[in-house]
Amino acid sequence: MDRYGNSVYLIENLCKGCTNCINRCPTQAIRVRNNKAVITPGRCIDCGECIRICPHHAKKAKRDFIDATDKYKYTVALPAPSLCAQFNNLEDINILLSAIKSIGFDDVFEVSAAAEIVSEESRKYIAEHKDQWPLISTACPTVVRLVQVRFPNLCDKLLPLITPAELAGELARKQAVEKTGYKPEEIGIFFLSPCASKVTSVKNPIGMQKSNIDEVLAIKDIYPILLSEMPKFVEQPEDLSRSGKIGLSWGITGGEVGGLLSDSCVAADGIENVIHVLEDLEDDKFSQNLEFIELNACNGGCVGGVMNVENPFAAKAKMQHLRKYLPVAAARSDSYGEYHVEWTAQVEYQPVFELADNLKESMEKMNKIEELTKEFPGLDCGCCGAPTCKALAEDIVKGIARKQDCIHVLREYIHKLSEDIAELSESI
Amino acid sequence: MSELMELNYTVSNEDFTRAGEASSDVKKKLKQLGVSPDAIRKVAIALYEGEINMIIHAYGGKIKVTISENEITLILADKGPGIADIDKAMQAGYSTAPDKVRSLGFGAGMGLPNMKKNSDKMDIQTEIGVGTTVTMVINI
Repeated sequence: MDRYGNSVYLIENLCKGCTNCINRCPTQAIRVRNNKAVITPGRCIDCGECIRICPHHAKKAKRDFIDATDKYKYTVALPAPSLCAQFNNLEDINILLSAIKSIGFDDVFEVSAAAEIVSEESRKYIAEHKDQWPLISTACPTVVRLVQVRFPNLCDKLLPLITPAELAGELARKQAVEKTGYKPEEIGIFFLSPCASKVTSVKNPIGMQKSNIDEVLAIKDIYPILLSEMPKFVEQPEDLSRSGKIGLSWGITGGEVGGLLSDSCVAADGIENVIHVLEDLEDDKFSQNLEFIELNACNGGCVGGVMNVENPFAAKAKMQHLRKYLPVAAARSDSYGEYHVEWTAQVEYQPVFELADNLKESMEKMNKIEELTKEFPGLDCGCCGAPTCKALAEDIVKGIARKQDCIHVLREYIHKLSEDIAELSESI
Repeated sequence: MSELMELNYTVSNEDFTRAGEASSDVKKKLKQLGVSPDAIRKVAIALYEGEINMIIHAYGGKIKVTISENEITLILADKGPGIADIDKAMQAGYSTAPDKVRSLGFGAGMGLPNMKKNSDKMDIQTEIGVGTTVTMVINI
C-alpha cells in the first residue's frame, strides 16, 4: 500500500495505453505515460470506474484471499448486504450464511445486523446535531474521500459514525473473544466486500486509527465457491441471520435513508450524480430543513460495486424480494453490550488539487495554464495522455508533460520543421 | 493591492440550466489556488445568487472576478431595469420576481441579503432603465 493506500492498481502488460480510463476518472487521477496508465496516488478515490471501463481488464483491485484464514485461530466472515442479492432464487438468507460458514469460517456476522445499529445511532446523532444539517452519509468510503479532496467546506458535514462493516467487525471480534477465550489478535475478521473502496478503507481507515477488519475478500472471488456449497443447506440451514429489512436495504440506494425513518432526506447514486449533489450543497442550494444526504458512488448503491457479480439492477430486484417477509429491524443496540460507533479520528481536507503552496505562485501557474490551454484545440481527445486539453496544460505547468505531447501541436510543429528544412535545402 | 488574476464570464438570458456556471468555475479555480475554504464558500454563494438575479431580473449580464493577494472582487454588471428601491430589495423575503420564476423555486427574496451576508463589502450602483452594477469584496 502506498501512502494514500489506494487499492486500484494497474496490470502493466495488459494496459494498451488507450484513453478509456483517463476520460472516465472523476478526479482526473489517471494519465497515460509511455503507453501505460499511471494513477496519481493522492487523487485516486478508489471509485472503481476505471476497473469497470477498462476493455483490457488491466485495472484491478487489491484484496485478500480466502487462504488468509490459515493465519488465524478463529475466523468470522462479515457478509455485506449486497452479497445476499447476488444469487438466483435465494429465499432464505440462512442458506447463504450456512454456506459461508462451511467454506472455511468459524462464524458469520452480518454487516446488515450492524447496519441496523448504525441506523439507530444515526437517528440519534442527526436529531442532536441540527446545526450540521444536512449531514452527509459516510458509509461509502469513496464519497468520504471525494469530499476530502474536493469539498473542503463539507468535511464538517460528514456523519462521524463508523461504517456498518466496521461496527460488525468490532462486535464480531468481541463475541468471538468471549466465546473462544482467544486473544483479539488471534481472531480473523473477514469482510466479504462488494467494492475496492472498502479494501482501501480497511488498510487506511476513515475516522479511526485502526480498522476492526483484518482481511477483505471480494464477493466475486468467493461467489463460485458459495454457489456450489449452497445447495447442501437448502433443506436444513442453520439459524444464523440476525437482521431485518432496514439492515439488508443498506445494500441498495435509499436503504440508509430508509433506516432514518424521516422524509427530509435525499439519496443519490453514481459518481457523477454524487459530485453534482455535493457541488450544489456547497453552494447552499438545498433547503434548510434537509436532514441527511445519502450518497453512493456506485449506480444502484453497494449492489453496483465493482467486485460484485450480478447486474446491479437485477440485484436490487432480488434484494427487494428477499427482504419482503423480514421484520423491519431485527438487531437492536441494547443486545450487543458496549460498542464504539463514533469517529475517533478527524477527517480533514486534503488539498491535492492545489497548484502551489502560496497564492501568488498558484496564480502565476493558473495564468500560465489559461494561456497554454488556448494553444490546444480543445478536443479533449486524450491522445496526449491527459483527459482534457486543460489537464495537459496543468501537467505542462507542473513540469510533467510537454506541449508536443499534443498530437495536433506536434503535427503543426513537424509541418513547420519540414518547411524549414525544405527552405534550408534550397538555400544550400 | 495589485491584481493578480482576472476572470470574465457572460451570463446568458433566462437560461436557468446554465445558472451557476460562473460560480462553479470560480469555485474550482479558487480551490486550485489554495484560497481558504471559508472564502471559497462565500464567493460561491454570493456569485451564484448574483447569477440567478441577473437571469431573473436583468436578462443576463457580465461578471468580472479579480483576485489579488488579500481579496476577491466580484463585479456583476447588467443592463436590466434597475432596482427601484434598494432598501426594500435588501430586506429578506422581499421579491419582485415574476410568478414564472417563483414557480421554479427561485425568487424567495433572499438574493441580495445573501450576497450582502457573504461579502465583506458590497456596493450597488443602479439606475432605472439603465442597469445595475453590484460590487462585492471578499477578504482572503
